[in-house]
Amino acid sequence: MKITYAQAIRSAFQYLLKTYPNVFVMGQGLWSPWYVGNSMNDLEVEFGKDRVMDTPVSEAACTGAGIGASLCGYRPIVVHPRMDFMILAMDQIVNQAAKWSHMLGGETHPAVTIRGVINRGGEQGAQHSQALHAWFAHIPGLRVVMPATVLDARDLLISAVLSDDPVIYIDDRWLYELEDDLPEIEEKDLSLQLPKILRNGQDATLAASGYSVQLCLEAAQALSEEGIQCEVVDLRVLNPLNVTSIIDSVSKTGSLCVVDGGWESCGMAGEVIASVAVQMSQSSKNIQYKRITLPNAPAPSSKVLEDIYYPTRETIVQVIKEWNI
Amino acid sequence: MVAPSELGTWADSSKHTGPLNLGEYSRDALLLKLESMLVIRKVEECIASLIEDNKVKCPCHLGTGQEAIAVGVSTNLTSDDKVFGGHRSHSHFLALGGSIRSLLAEVLGRSTGCSKGMGGSMHLFQPEKGFIGSAPIVGGTVPIAIGAGLACQKDGKGNIAVCYFGDGAVEEGMVQESFNFASNFKLPILFVCENNFYSSHLDIHLRQPSDKISRFADAHKISARVVDGNNVVMTAMATKELLESVRCGKGPGFLEAVTYRWLGHVGPDENVDVGLRRKKEDLLAWKKRDPIRRLKDGMLEASLITSEDYHSLEMKVVTQINVALDASLKDPYPEKSFLLSAVYKNNKGVSR
Repeated sequence: MKITYAQAIRSAFQYLLKTYPNVFVMGQGLWSPWYVGNSMNDLEVEFGKDRVMDTPVSEAACTGAGIGASLCGYRPIVVHPRMDFMILAMDQIVNQAAKWSHMLGGETHPAVTIRGVINRGGEQGAQHSQALHAWFAHIPGLRVVMPATVLDARDLLISAVLSDDPVIYIDDRWLYELEDDLPEIEEKDLSLQLPKILRNGQDATLAASGYSVQLCLEAAQALSEEGIQCEVVDLRVLNPLNVTSIIDSVSKTGSLCVVDGGWESCGMAGEVIASVAVQMSQSSKNIQYKRITLPNAPAPSSKVLEDIYYPTRETIVQVIKEWNI
Repeated sequence: MVAPSELGTWADSSKHTGPLNLGEYSRDALLLKLESMLVIRKVEECIASLIEDNKVKCPCHLGTGQEAIAVGVSTNLTSDDKVFGGHRSHSHFLALGGSIRSLLAEVLGRSTGCSKGMGGSMHLFQPEKGFIGSAPIVGGTVPIAIGAGLACQKDGKGNIAVCYFGDGAVEEGMVQESFNFASNFKLPILFVCENNFYSSHLDIHLRQPSDKISRFADAHKISARVVDGNNVVMTAMATKELLESVRCGKGPGFLEAVTYRWLGHVGPDENVDVGLRRKKEDLLAWKKRDPIRRLKDGMLEASLITSEDYHSLEMKVVTQINVALDASLKDPYPEKSFLLSAVYKNNKGVSR
């Protein structure tokens, strides 16, 4: 039976809460039917309001509380229903969660999972739509995962919570209706998870994370009908980033286009390209690189401007066709 | 124009300078408090001279003059409680029985330090004594401490979290969020504000409309006590009273301990004439409210100890510190590989 991306997230919460008594969830709007789509429906009914806590409007306190509880044997999941709101908790995420292991001698580990939801479009404007994964990918000590598939929506959340390190789990509401058949849950060690090739091709490599992966798959399908075969790599884990599979792919295709839902400057696309470029062998000097990102502007509210703000399948198709493949 | 104090005589340096009333405590209990305060005082004097000798480079925020607070609070704690500190936390660490050797080694950056030489003075750690960690972002450990309180509440074993912070921390939004969060969920946590009237160089009257920090506890419906933080007996007794309700699930407690630091914000300098009200004569007046001398005088007056007893206790502490220091100075620095190996618990997947 097919389930959606949002249902897959819910099934991960359900599995974790059922299997591990030391797991609990807290965040704003968790008892509300609209904050996080249908990805957490009625969990508080099933597991009780002390394990699925709706909290005051206090991102820093709530995130810090997750860190503190994790230092005392619990596996909390802190939910920020818009990634934009996480900015109010940056001290706790960057100064505290990411640092405690290293600065206290490697004997203490904030095993907290922090879920941030990207919620673009719908005229929500500049402060309800940001994709800030690159910020967190910049910080040593954080693990950052960005599920692009229904399977990863479920399994990476479980892996994140079972990881002993602080993990930022970033899902995207534009993926919530995506459907797939899922196998039985298998607990996977997050530190072993790597980028995955979702589609094979020999003409160009497309790499992306989150919703942009689906755009790449759609573009690859369209290009394939015109005789251009793209390989699509889903980054999955942005921090620590491992680009080995992308290098292998680019060695074959000779070109790399990274598509990212963030901005260009100091962003994920630039980081992937730089990491690949500096590790490519001397013999591969003529590699073509391209990045497709958001324009250098905050998200507009106007529907008309939104339509030109977000990259589309067509944007990718155009870029690849400009290459001499 | 300095606003009048809302702390009454606790803020008046000419008051409360005499021998302590010893309250309900036995000679042994008082001796333990005296020894613990002496350990803190002498360890920090040792650190000050290491800084002056250029042997210690990391920023050290010394709390000389404030020893009674951590000692008074800690006599009411067990090693299963969860204690968090800030940038000025040597006293919080030592008062729980944290190892002198591991503190000195940490400040010296040695691998035998309490944080393996990775943290320095501002990042202390000794969970086996209940010290879960300290970090110097002002107010930064307060949200973490409420999470420890939440864990204690879920455990249901009567353990509590304790969070030390200064008068400057309440100016941070996340601290106010934490007071609300803790009170809303009735978390078992004791907030301990060491109100020494200064945040870094700046006097409280230049930062807040009132010098009484516990007004924020009142606003969040947290039961609070204001005490002379230079009176270890009063601090210990007030903590005990607050913890009776904190431990049995009635929500957080708030202890405001009024004190004064003898030294500047960081390092061994006195910072005299930096900021309003910190004149040499103020400092000298506050030194007459020395928490150690007042307990000693109280015990002498009650004939619980003699001058010789005090002297030999002092010698015992100094010898203990010297032994720890000699050992620490010979200790190795962290292995170079440690730079990368402690970033994640399991470093698999880190190489790129």
